[in-house]
Amino acid sequence: MQCSICKEKPATVHLTQIVGEKMQKLDLCEDCAKAKGVNDPAGFALADLMLGLGAAQEIEQAAGGAELRCGRCGFTQADFKKSGRLGCPECYKTFCEGLGGLLKTMHKGTRHVGKAPESQRASSENADRLKALQKKLEKAVEAEKFEEAAQLRDEIRQMAERTTTPKTFTR
Amino acid sequence: MRDLHAFLSPPAESARRHGPHDRIVMSSRVRLARNLRDAAFPGWAKKTERVRILDTIRPAVESLPEMKDSFSEAMDNLGALDRQILVERHLISREHAAKSAGSGLVLNHEETFSVMINEEDHLRMQALRPGLQLKQAWTALDNFDSSLEKKLDYAFDADLGYLTACPTNLGTGIRVSAMLHLPGLVLGEQINPIIQSVNKLGLAVRGLYGEGTEALGNVFQVSNQMTLGENESMIVERLEKVLAQIIEHEENARQILLEKKPKTVYNHIGRAYGILANAHSISSKETMNLLSLLRLGVDLGLFPGAERSLVDELFLVTQPAHLQKQFSDKLSAEERDLMRADMVRERLKNVSRPVVKSRPTNTSN
Repeated sequence: MQCSICKEKPATVHLTQIVGEKMQKLDLCEDCAKAKGVNDPAGFALADLMLGLGAAQEIEQAAGGAELRCGRCGFTQADFKKSGRLGCPECYKTFCEGLGGLLKTMHKGTRHVGKAPESQRASSENADRLKALQKKLEKAVEAEKFEEAAQLRDEIRQMAERTTTPKTFTR
Repeated sequence: MRDLHAFLSPPAESARRHGPHDRIVMSSRVRLARNLRDAAFPGWAKKTERVRILDTIRPAVESLPEMKDSFSEAMDNLGALDRQILVERHLISREHAAKSAGSGLVLNHEETFSVMINEEDHLRMQALRPGLQLKQAWTALDNFDSSLEKKLDYAFDADLGYLTACPTNLGTGIRVSAMLHLPGLVLGEQINPIIQSVNKLGLAVRGLYGEGTEALGNVFQVSNQMTLGENESMIVERLEKVLAQIIEHEENARQILLEKKPKTVYNHIGRAYGILANAHSISSKETMNLLSLLRLGVDLGLFPGAERSLVDELFLVTQPAHLQKQFSDKLSAEERDLMRADMVRERLKNVSRPVVKSRPTNTSN
C-alpha cells in the first residue's frame, strides 16, 4: 500500500476516524506521518489532515496548475499543501477561489456571522444610517420641507465627522 | 524573571476551585484566535517579525485590568520543566510549549485568563473556569477581547470574519470546550455511541491529551469544530445543551451501574484503592486511570470523609513534570514511578477502605 501523501513510500501508519457519519481512512508512510505530527496526538486531527490535502488540491485546480503566490508574504500553494496553514491575512484574498469549497465542507456557512471589531461594526452601521438619512433628506427637499431638510443636512454632516471616531457607536 | 512556581497557585488550592456540576464537568474553557492585520502568521513569519509581533502584543495584553499583576514571559525564558507544568495545568497547549524565540505567555493571577502569543495565531486568548461555566467564560473573554481590539489592529474581513492561520478557525475564531469526567459511561460501555452522536452534531470529542476514545483517567474534552457561519452565542448555547445531556447520561449510567452491577463497580473501585494505597511503583498512566475510579468512589459516597479535591490534587501532582518539580535531582522514569507511589501511599494514609453497602439478597459472606 502506498502512502496517501507522498505516493512513493509504502504506508506503515494507518489511521481511521469517524467524522459525522463517514468513516475516513488514511495510510501514511513513516516520514509523512512524522511530518504531519501524527505521533503527537494532541496536535493532530485526521479531519484537519484530510481537509488540508483537499484544500491544496482545490487551490491547485483554481489556479489552473500555475503556482499561486501571495503578493504580501510570498506564501505559495505548495506551502499551504505542506502545512495546511496560510501565510498571512492577505493570503485569504490570494487563495480565495480555492478556499471557497474547502470552507463549505469545513464550516456551517461561508459567511461570518458574529462578533466584529467595534471599528468595523461602527463603519457599517454608519453607512446604513447615512443612507437612510440621505433618503429622508431627498424626500424633505421634494416636499419643500426646508426646515426639516436643514436639520437632516446638519445631522449628516455630524455623522460624517463621527466616522473618524467610531467609538461613539456601541452595540 | 518571575518564578513560575511561586506564581502558580499550589495544587491543593487549585484542586479546591469549585463550579457548577464539577462532579462531572472538571473545567470550562473558551478560546479566541486573533491576528494582527499587517503581519505574517507565526508559522510563516521570520524570527525578527515574530519578536516584533510579541513586542506589540505583550504590552497591550499586560495593560488590561484583568491582567494586573500577571505572569508575563517570553517562551525562550522558560525552562522545559516549567513549560511542561503549564501544559499539565492546561494553561498552555502542547504546541505552545514547543515554541521558542518570539512566542510568549501572559497569565493572570487567578489563572482565569491565559494568553498565548505567537502560538499558531498571533493571539490565542483563553478564559478558564472551574465546573460548567461556558457562558460566564465567554462573557469574560468577549469583554477581554473588546478591550484588546482598541489597542491592536486585528485582521478582520467583513465576509470571512477574523482571519486565522488555519482555515478551520476562520470566522469567530472561537473554541468552546469542557473537560468531562465520565467513568460511568466508560464502565457502562456507553461512551462510544455518545461520542458518535456528539460527533454528528459537529462537535469534537478528545481525550485528556488528544485523540482516541480510550481517554486517560476517563477524562474527555468536548468542543465545537465549526467557527464560520454561526455566531459565538449560538456555539456556546449548542455546546451547553449537549453538555447538559451528557451530564444526564453520566448520572444515569452511574445509577444504573449501581443498581444492576454493584459488584462490578465495587470491584473496580476497591481494586483501584488497593493498588493506589499499597503500590511501591506506579506509572503516571495507571495512576490517572485508578484515580478516576477513586474519584467515582468519592462521588458515590464510598469514601466518607474523603474529599474530591484530594483526588483532583493527586491527579495534578502525580503527573511527570509536577512530580519532577518536587525533587531537585533529575529523575528517570523508573525513579519517578517509585516517588509517585510513595507520594500516593502517603496521601491516602488517612483515607480508609471503601465502605460498601452489602446487598440484602446476599448470603452471610
